[in-house]
Amino acid sequence: MQPDPPRFTRRNEFLSGCRDELPILLGVVPFGMIYGLLALSAGLTPGIAQSMSSVVFAGSAQFIAAQLIHERTPGGVIVLTVLVVNLRHALYSASVAPYLRPLGQGWKAGLAYLLTDEAYAVAITRYLRDNGKTVVSPYRHWYFLGAGLTLWLSWQWSTAVGIFVGARVPASWSLDFTLALTFIALVVPSLKDRAGAAAAVTAGALAVAGAALPYKLGLPLAGLGGVLVGLGIESLRAEATGEGRPA
Amino acid sequence: MSYLPALVAAGVLTFLTRLSFIALLGRFELPPLAARALRFVPPAVLSAIIFPELVLRGGELQLGWRNARLLAGLVAALVAWRTRNVFLTIAVGMAALWGLQAVLSG
Repeated sequence: MQPDPPRFTRRNEFLSGCRDELPILLGVVPFGMIYGLLALSAGLTPGIAQSMSSVVFAGSAQFIAAQLIHERTPGGVIVLTVLVVNLRHALYSASVAPYLRPLGQGWKAGLAYLLTDEAYAVAITRYLRDNGKTVVSPYRHWYFLGAGLTLWLSWQWSTAVGIFVGARVPASWSLDFTLALTFIALVVPSLKDRAGAAAAVTAGALAVAGAALPYKLGLPLAGLGGVLVGLGIESLRAEATGEGRPA
Repeated sequence: MSYLPALVAAGVLTFLTRLSFIALLGRFELPPLAARALRFVPPAVLSAIIFPELVLRGGELQLGWRNARLLAGLVAALVAWRTRNVFLTIAVGMAALWGLQAVLSG
């Protein structure tokens, strides 16, 4: 697309990671403020509410944990619930792992800590965009770091604003919807073949069907179902065309 | 502060979940089937987050034209498909949502 090959530097990668994370913040920042407000009204101390944002660093799990603390749930149950709600991150981990393979332990641990839904969505989109290119940047982990750190900082300060200032975006603005819109913006252009589209539609339909399941279990199950359907269709088409491995 | 140990444990387990495959992949090869499956993880998981957001209102399935989020989401999908622009998709999607909410409640 570009006439000149792009210049690959750590700085450029880091900054474009930060930039590509920005649209998502429209959804994340109100979410963080609401979390801060809800956590306090659920009876958490400001210290606990804020430290959960850096120690757990996972939006929906934090909302659930705050609710459980409000209900005086035993600590062990809270730990188990957060673990189950965050199991989908193991899928993300498997998904980015091949790209992080050459990195040292420190980088792996740091990027794993930053591997939330929103950072994953931006980082994996970048990695998949690079697939098939002859020359890829050797500094793509800096892109991941930029995206992840931008999200992390925004989550911390928006939690703090929710806790201490009590500022609130009126619910009638429906700004939470920007999160769904961001995911649409990332998924739709990535659907390049029938198998990928079938995986997406299957997972979406299963998630709707399983929305009432406890602990958000519908989400990982729907994801698994979508992946299986995608694989099945890919195999069928590969057989039909007689190719060993489809592109 | 009695919940602090539970939160630290929850945080450590979340971190280990995220680290799991990233740390292990250096030690063993991913089976070819698993590598093929990984390609489908992003569209599947993200769609599993998007769909309920669009068609469920308070736990009820709403597929009709009175569901402003569903219509705005479809408009956004069209914009995303044609332009591949994240900001434009969000801007048009939010404008569609606000417009539809005003029309449908009026």
